[in-house]
Amino acid sequence: MNVSEKVLEDILNKYPTKVKRNRKKHILIRDPDQDRQEIEANTRSIPGVVTNRGCAFAGCKGVVLGPLKDIVNIVHGPVGCGYYSWLTRRNKARTDQPNKNFLAYCVSTDMQESDIVFGGEKKLARLIDEVVEILKPNAITISATCPVGLIGDDIQAVARAARTKHDLNITAYSCEGYKGVSQSAGHHIANNGLMEKIVGEGEMEEPPGKYTINILGEYNIGGDGWELERVLTDIGYHIQAVMTGNGSYEKLKNAHVAQLNLVQCHRSINYIADMLQVKYGTPWLKVNFIGIRSTVESLRNIAKYFGDESLTARTEKVIERELAEIEPQLEPYRKICSGKTAFCFVGGSRGHHYQGLYEELGVTTVLAGYEFAHRDDYEGRRVLPHLKPDADSKNIPELHITPDENRYRLKISPQRLQALKQEIPLNYYKGMIEDMNEGTIIVDDLNHYETEEFIKALKPDIFSSSIKDKYITQKMGIPSKQLHNYDYSGPYAGFRGAVNFARDVAMCFATPTLNYITPPWKGKPLLEGAVGPRSSDPGIKEE
Amino acid sequence: MLDCTPKEIVERSGGVINPAKACQPLGAMYAALGIHSCLPHSHGSQGCCSYHRSHLTRHFREPVMATTSSFTEGASVFGGGSNLRTAIKNVFAIYNPDVMAVHTTCLSETIGDDIPTIIKSAEIPAGKVVIYAHTPSYQGSHVTGFCNMVKAMIAQLSRADTNEKEEQVNIIPGFVDPGDMREIKRLTGKMGIKFIIFPDTAGVMDSPMTGRFHMYPAGGALVDDIREAGNSAMTVALGYYASGSPAHLLERNCRVPAITLKTPIGIKATDDFLMRLRGKFAREIPYELEEERGQLVDVMTDTHYHFYGKKVALFGDPDILIGLTEFLLSLGMRPVHVLTGTPSGTPGGPKGVFEREINEMLAVAGVESRVKAAGDLFELHQWIKNEPVDLLMGNTYGKYIARAEDIPFVRVGFPILDRSAHSYLPIVGYRGALRLVEMISNALLDRQDRDAADEDLELIM
Repeated sequence: MNVSEKVLEDILNKYPTKVKRNRKKHILIRDPDQDRQEIEANTRSIPGVVTNRGCAFAGCKGVVLGPLKDIVNIVHGPVGCGYYSWLTRRNKARTDQPNKNFLAYCVSTDMQESDIVFGGEKKLARLIDEVVEILKPNAITISATCPVGLIGDDIQAVARAARTKHDLNITAYSCEGYKGVSQSAGHHIANNGLMEKIVGEGEMEEPPGKYTINILGEYNIGGDGWELERVLTDIGYHIQAVMTGNGSYEKLKNAHVAQLNLVQCHRSINYIADMLQVKYGTPWLKVNFIGIRSTVESLRNIAKYFGDESLTARTEKVIERELAEIEPQLEPYRKICSGKTAFCFVGGSRGHHYQGLYEELGVTTVLAGYEFAHRDDYEGRRVLPHLKPDADSKNIPELHITPDENRYRLKISPQRLQALKQEIPLNYYKGMIEDMNEGTIIVDDLNHYETEEFIKALKPDIFSSSIKDKYITQKMGIPSKQLHNYDYSGPYAGFRGAVNFARDVAMCFATPTLNYITPPWKGKPLLEGAVGPRSSDPGIKEE
Repeated sequence: MLDCTPKEIVERSGGVINPAKACQPLGAMYAALGIHSCLPHSHGSQGCCSYHRSHLTRHFREPVMATTSSFTEGASVFGGGSNLRTAIKNVFAIYNPDVMAVHTTCLSETIGDDIPTIIKSAEIPAGKVVIYAHTPSYQGSHVTGFCNMVKAMIAQLSRADTNEKEEQVNIIPGFVDPGDMREIKRLTGKMGIKFIIFPDTAGVMDSPMTGRFHMYPAGGALVDDIREAGNSAMTVALGYYASGSPAHLLERNCRVPAITLKTPIGIKATDDFLMRLRGKFAREIPYELEEERGQLVDVMTDTHYHFYGKKVALFGDPDILIGLTEFLLSLGMRPVHVLTGTPSGTPGGPKGVFEREINEMLAVAGVESRVKAAGDLFELHQWIKNEPVDLLMGNTYGKYIARAEDIPFVRVGFPILDRSAHSYLPIVGYRGALRLVEMISNALLDRQDRDAADEDLELIM
């Protein structure tokens, strides 16, 4: 069932005029006949519409910095922001140095009213001293919350002073929640800081492995990163750094030595991939390890980049082995899932990535969208030259990167790079829209009203989104699969992850619980046999 | 697990490590959900609203609907008035609640937005209500925010229409689960006393599966009832921190006599609650409740040897801990570490009540204990390292300490993010106490079974 322009118009008509005008630009009906379909994205959410979006702090500390395990991430602000971003995102980490894993720690200056009035810099400096003395991390980050910028605490200066005092990498991130229009601003602020103050701090000059790579935009939700690591290491790659799932200061500071950067989540990190290329000469490859076909394709593309026969042969061998392992496992789940339809609304990349995996299970995505992506995530990077900065994006500082005098290396010849670009998505991402079928709906910053209306119109069999809307659709009797945190399951990436996903989605359909929604007495006469159903009673049929 | 936490305790003053509290707006949002057909609104950055909705949803496994003013840098500089007015207009046009309950955030408090003036200048449809509470995140905790939103309900909705008071009681249940609110209503109902309870999240945050989503579920206190609360003969506030000052505000505004009692966790606090109702309304406590009480005492006595002398560390919200400490003492247990993240003194709220109440009970029982308000879980963990316990009780964040120290763990309080059904079932009243007894004995005896040598595994315990 498709939504026509007419139905879409009817949905939008309930909005006040201004809201309608705004939201109309964020919703598309896919039409492959058009060469380019434009969508508005990365602009302000409208107050009062029940957006799913979070803030810059959530993107900075919650998403990008949080997973770095040997770092203590200090939150400078009232207690809430640190508290809510404590262990809630399922970015897993393990280490052979248990006393250097701080993921289970939430450290906050817990600003009180007097700190707001008189400033919180001294308290922050004290907290840094205490963290160094008691917790002894490899590095410290400081993330700002809303009031910090408003009262003028100079966290950069506090960080600089502490860095000198403790001879430790201490960095500050001005990621106040009001910056930008969503988490995306925070990703940018965090990554800029890591790029500027951590990557390249290490002593390493040469790649430690024959095929050394970094994985960017992989956050190890539910152990996704570990599944990729298993396969990539088996093929023969050396993973230098992951940004930032199961990542660490110790690894990240030497990220400059990699010969190739893989970009999993384009939204949160594509600009860093660009900067790493400018600074160190490392090209980046868009990969997608969600879904079997895209995992296979990504592995083949990486091998193509290195262009080594034995690596290619090993890649094919591993692919063959993995497929042989998982295909029989997937079959029973496919039987359950086949023919179903899904909504796929996630943050900034998964809204696209999961469509392929759904398709492999026989599930068609009828509506997809991103919570905080930009136009290039929808329309592809070809739109980048056409994007104009607005007041909100101008608030995020841009780094101006130049080639590193000592460490810039050409990883492959420019001719070969050009040739490869014809074959594999080097420095390129095509975006979500191109992959979507005719008549499907694409929605940016989907809100509650639209969620309800599109569910009524499209009646999907499964809704995949976040914790905030999960139980809304389940109340309607539609199973819901969280794709931000996988409903506490995973990994879903790579080969074995696909099986986990298939199992979990099939479970959503197969669970008997939904059969009990209607009580058996509904529509049944009170006195069985004694009095027959009255003909005026609608909905009652004699058995 | 938590391998970076040393046993040696160093004095700290720079902030918290592993907090035992959240911030005010979270509690304000929860309280607002206890009004029927109310949409909470967070006047701040989008992240606040998103975090609070997520957090409440994880505890209750229910939809938590709320809106945000979506502050941008511009709004933070020039004020959030325009954002709030836009939000009010859109909320009523798109979502049409009866009530919109605005709470502030550290952002809007720091810039000093004049909320009542902004609301006055907003387009509010006839018959609709917008209430507001100041909930700066840099004061108190989520419990304070809950309290402030309840005060807002009273200040902006409750009215005294006559000098004669109605034979009815107001109950302010405090920051407890809908299952607890249901139990408090059942107990009061069994007493045959007419009551008004607010906020009431029963039927909102524990709504049934019907195959239909209701943006405003059937439950929640009606605005008319909160209005009418000004005409009641008495207000019973359950919990000093969440409910005490709202009850006194109602007393000042509408001359409704207020009493503040412990959250009725355990036998004694439940006794006190019922005795107060009995005394005020001259209603005998029905046999059914006496029977429940007797059953509880029966089980407590039958299994006293499971509990007696066991050392317990507990943490959570102050009102819950005060009741829980009393109950553990009545089981003969020894609460040796009691810690809340909420400060003991809050603006407009109680001062020092937490430590005083708990220390008095401990003194009577002769138990030496560490009691602290405005503490954190890092410190609690260090206390446990220095004086080990047999049982840890608290919210889900305790599981890390329980694992690190290999201690049996009972989940109680807010939030519980890793188990289900808890929000439907009470810990208050005699029935709730029986449930606590079951939870505690399961945790202790499962451990005993796990650790027993084959020859010591007992069939009957």
